[in-house]
Amino acid sequence: MKYLCLIYDDEKKLGSMTKGEADAFMGEYMAYTESVKTSGHYLGGNALQPVATATSVRVRNGKMSATDGPFAETKEQLGGYYLIEAKDLNEAISVASRIPSAKIGTIEVRPIMVH
Amino acid sequence: MPDCPWSPGPSGPGHFLGVTGVALSAMSDIQSRVDAIYRAESRRVLATLIRLLGDFDLAEEAVHDAFIAAVEQWPREGMPANPRAWLVSAGRFKAIDTLRRRARFDASLGALAIHLESTMAAAPETEIVEDDRLRLIFTCCHPALPPDGQVALTLREVCGLTTEEIARAFLTAAPTVAQRIVRAKAKIRDATIPYQVPGFEDLPSRLDAVLHVVYLVFNEGYSPSSGESITRGDLSREAIRLGRVLVELLAAPEAMGLLALMLIHESRRDARSTPDGDTVLLEQQDRALWDRHLIAEGESLVERAISSRRFGPYTLQAAIAAVHASAPTANETDWAQIAGLYDVLARADPTPVVALNRAVAIAMRDGPEAGLVEIDRVLAGGELDDYLWAHSARADLCRRLGRVDEAKTAYARARALARQGPERRFLERRIAELARARPRT
Repeated sequence: MKYLCLIYDDEKKLGSMTKGEADAFMGEYMAYTESVKTSGHYLGGNALQPVATATSVRVRNGKMSATDGPFAETKEQLGGYYLIEAKDLNEAISVASRIPSAKIGTIEVRPIMVH
Repeated sequence: MPDCPWSPGPSGPGHFLGVTGVALSAMSDIQSRVDAIYRAESRRVLATLIRLLGDFDLAEEAVHDAFIAAVEQWPREGMPANPRAWLVSAGRFKAIDTLRRRARFDASLGALAIHLESTMAAAPETEIVEDDRLRLIFTCCHPALPPDGQVALTLREVCGLTTEEIARAFLTAAPTVAQRIVRAKAKIRDATIPYQVPGFEDLPSRLDAVLHVVYLVFNEGYSPSSGESITRGDLSREAIRLGRVLVELLAAPEAMGLLALMLIHESRRDARSTPDGDTVLLEQQDRALWDRHLIAEGESLVERAISSRRFGPYTLQAAIAAVHASAPTANETDWAQIAGLYDVLARADPTPVVALNRAVAIAMRDGPEAGLVEIDRVLAGGELDDYLWAHSARADLCRRLGRVDEAKTAYARARALARQGPERRFLERRIAELARARPRT
């Protein structure tokens, strides 16, 4: 089974970290990524630029509109993702629970639809 | 329990009716034995088939088909030595047949059928693990499912309650419950929630949802949501059995507390209704009818749970039940201790039903006036508007205070909410007694 682990962080909280804290947090992410590569769970993953850089695109009645990025007022924003391989949801939850942001934000674990 | 699904209907096994009288009586004997086996074993057969087939809906169909096969074959070939193993094996064959038929439209199912058949040859029939029911319980109570879905699914799959029975236990509509069950099953399938007992570290954190479900099942058996009979011992015994399995497996204080609570309530089964099925309230019960063995077992579990210092609401409720159980007569009940335990419970578990019971205990300790103040505070919250015992308790306190009109109104409200014959008759007796009483002046 493939699962997408969507990482929701509070950007304000991340932004208020001291340089030392931010470096330590990045270090945790690098160690985590290494560990899931070694364990064979890792299929892919990326960090995203802050939500201020986002653009929402919609087509309505054939007309395209592009507007400034989504729901900036919500507390937690999508900050990155991992695509993982796990044998079932319990294993996926266990892998997701070790993502560094799980301690400060929320990880949403979504199974990939199989066709 | 739901109606037995193989009961002869237009498409049922009605062809038996054409055979001789001897065969007919043998058949009805087999039919009643199949009925008994259905009640005792259908959930275990289901739990095992879910493990073997990996799919709730396919397993449910397989259980249904297996029992139809039993009704057809057992009168002809005799009862198998191990009916449960026979049913599991028959259910597995039926599921493979079903997948083969469907494979004409969906080729991937053909591969699944072949896979199931090959694993079947490898697995001996005796491989029916008692743990399957525990697997089923923990899967139905998985934290990735919404809480109301966990409870509905467990009552449906583990205990075999109908959607309507679950709806009444929840004070909600049947289509809502049906939808919760469908969604929960879909999530188990689509998110691949595994069919397993959680590992040692996860076990305690997964326990709360399970205990809550066991408690609801016990209550459904102890005071069922509808029907003539006041108790359905099979459900209560089922909940107690589940409780014993959990205590044995986990030795967790709250599992002990819940088991103790159920045992002490169960000890009063024979005393709480008349031979006609009418309700006998705790204070009027013949305490000689209480089962002392169950009480002793419950008390020792309460002591073990409390001495762990990691107990919670179930242990507190069990401790309250134990105080009642230790009073030689109703008048000798230690209401001060009970009210004190309710104070602690109301902090640990601040729900309106606990607040209602605390109010009743305060009425017993400090008099009906003090209790009525508390009950009216609870009722003002509005969450117990449809809870008949809230209105019945208010009516009783008003009656004791001589406020007859208020008592009548509250009893009438409770009567309108009663779904069970014995509850209705109890409330009607109270209303009739009030009609004879004269208001205090």
